[in-house]
Amino acid sequence: MNIAVLVKQVPSTDNVKIDENTGTMIRSELESEMNPLDMYAVEEAVRIKERSSNTKITVISMGPLSAEYAIKEAISMGCDEGVLLTDRKYAGADTLATAYTLTQFLKGKELDLIFAGERATDGETGQVGPMVATLLEIPVLTYVNKIIEITKDDITVQRAIEGGNEIIRTTLPVLITVVKEINEPRLPNLENKLRAKKSKIDIITNEDLKVEEDKIGLKGSPTRVVKVFYPKISRQGEKIAVKTPQEAVAKINDFIKEKGVIS
Amino acid sequence: MKQEHTGVWTISEIEDGTINPVSYELLAWGKGLAETLKVELTSIVLTNKIKDIESLIHYGADKVYYVENEKLEHFYPDTYTKILHQLVEEMKPEIILASATTKGRTLMPCLAARLRTGLTADCTDFEIEEETRSLIQIRPAIGGNVMAKIKTMTRPQMATVRPKSKQPLPKDETRRGEIIKKEFNEEMYQSRYEWINYKKDESIDQPIQQADVIIAGGKGLRRQENFKYLKEIAERLNGAVGATRAVVDMGWIDYSHQIGLSGKTVSPKLYIAVGISGAVQHIAGMSTSKYIISINKDPEAPIFKVSDLGIVGDATEIVPLLAKEIKQGDKK
Ligand SMILES: Cc1cc2nc3c(=O)[nH]c(=O)nc-3n(C[C@H](O)[C@H](O)[C@H](O)COP(=O)(O)OP(=O)(O)OC[C@H]3O[C@@H](n4cnc5c(N)ncnc54)[C@H](O)[C@@H]3O)c2cc1C
Ligand SMILES: Nc1ncnc2c1ncn2[C@@H]1O[C@H](COP(=O)(O)O)[C@@H](O)[C@H]1O
Repeated sequence: MNIAVLVKQVPSTDNVKIDENTGTMIRSELESEMNPLDMYAVEEAVRIKERSSNTKITVISMGPLSAEYAIKEAISMGCDEGVLLTDRKYAGADTLATAYTLTQFLKGKELDLIFAGERATDGETGQVGPMVATLLEIPVLTYVNKIIEITKDDITVQRAIEGGNEIIRTTLPVLITVVKEINEPRLPNLENKLRAKKSKIDIITNEDLKVEEDKIGLKGSPTRVVKVFYPKISRQGEKIAVKTPQEAVAKINDFIKEKGVIS
Repeated sequence: MKQEHTGVWTISEIEDGTINPVSYELLAWGKGLAETLKVELTSIVLTNKIKDIESLIHYGADKVYYVENEKLEHFYPDTYTKILHQLVEEMKPEIILASATTKGRTLMPCLAARLRTGLTADCTDFEIEEETRSLIQIRPAIGGNVMAKIKTMTRPQMATVRPKSKQPLPKDETRRGEIIKKEFNEEMYQSRYEWINYKKDESIDQPIQQADVIIAGGKGLRRQENFKYLKEIAERLNGAVGATRAVVDMGWIDYSHQIGLSGKTVSPKLYIAVGISGAVQHIAGMSTSKYIISINKDPEAPIFKVSDLGIVGDATEIVPLLAKEIKQGDKK
């Protein structure tokens, strides 16, 4: 089986602190990692490889050169090889331009399964997966929390949707976005860590890929961020040290009554 | 900009014939935008059977287009995308809104990719830019720490809207509008998907993103058993139970209850945070709640910074009593 996993490099959110005055995140410089939700996609691909012979997993990312690090993280978990689509012209891409660029690489690759994360922890859109599937004209299964069966022609999965789980089947090839509860990502073993370190990531620029310039990067992006502002995260709340549980309950009931929150 | 595209659309969500209330919330957003733009508000319905379709008019739509076919019983992204694509090409709306539910967040990117137009996810507010009639889409970014205003250069302008970010308009049964059936040939309904079954999660009464009240617990609850009090409180308030990643990781409650950066994003009317420190990743998922009450024994806990009412006290002593004595407000 031929599997691709789409991973995104995101700013690391470990130990982020909030600047008290501006309400922004203070990030230590250039700390980035694989999108935490993509680890579940990588893990699921590796599990499939472990149960079926002749399976190859390619990790694909579009991003700056530093995204090699995220790709190597995926290889250290058991993926075979990595591809990085990188070009200054790709910078500033929104979800459609990103999906379009990824698609130009993916099309014609004879893939059976493409995995993506539910969403990236920076953009938080979850749009790239379904967009890639649509542009490739293959089915998409979103919010998958269990793969039930894969046959030569089709796949049956369970999807976490509002209020419960849906079981649904579709044909291969397919793009699958997974949610966190699907598995428990492994820690890389020493052998794979060494292999990742030594592995050569395939670097692809737009000289190779030749995507139309009006479809990539900022220029190819239909959406624009026109302004960023800081929400008032602090509320002018009242803080009360209660002496008894009764006092706490009374305060809460008064608050609910006064604001008419539940009626 | 030439006005080739005109009108505001909302995509209604129907489950087995019943209109999901998020559809009425969308109409409230759509109405405001349509009035500013002086255009019609249209709601689109794809369903296998339909009850109470007039209610969409009563909640603000000027027009409803509906497609009714037994093959639309389950949400198949390919079929839904094909049909909507066709409707959009035919009628060319300038704005399309859908709810940021699992359905909306799957369908809208598929449709946007088909139409090669921009899509903004999980918006919590909208404005119209006067000079250009453009839709300004406002959404939290970087884990809710900043808000971004986003504009779409192409048409239609598409967005998914966070449930509970607006109240439906009051129902007006005297409102009149047009309800129009759309038909397609059988080919349009063919799908590569095959639905097998649906298992309701019996531990939840309603999708957490659609609850008016959420009571969420963190490690400060001390013991898994204490979640039972949160469940009782949620029941009394007709709400849902949320949790931090810390307690989900410990296995105290299922991941489907996790609120935050790697869980769900919610905007209820009331969020009660119990024994939650208020890490940025948690706040990212709940800071847009209308009111926030928190209970924590550490007076310096960051959760208090985002709270309207902060109770400094021991949660393990407070929740059992709260479960018995919390009041529904003035219901009826
Ligand atoms: C990439 C990434 C993604 C993440 N995503 C999420 C996410 O989606 N959701 C999420 O919640 N977290 C997320 N986290 C984890 C987050 O950083 C915190 O670790 C987590 O939210 C803490 O949970 P907590 O508040 O339950 O626990 P703690 O931080 O341990 O806080 C417990 C609180 O309870 C109080 N307390 C203790 N005893 C009592 C008592 N008897 N009565 C009252 N109060 C008491 C303490 O004072 C403390 O403030 C993420 C982290 C990372 C790195
Ligand atoms: N630049 C990218 N390169 C590779 N994969 C990506 C990229 N951006 C997004 N993805 C994939 O799409 C998923 C959803 O991302 P997003 O739509 O940005 O929330 C991620 O979890 C990745 O699997």
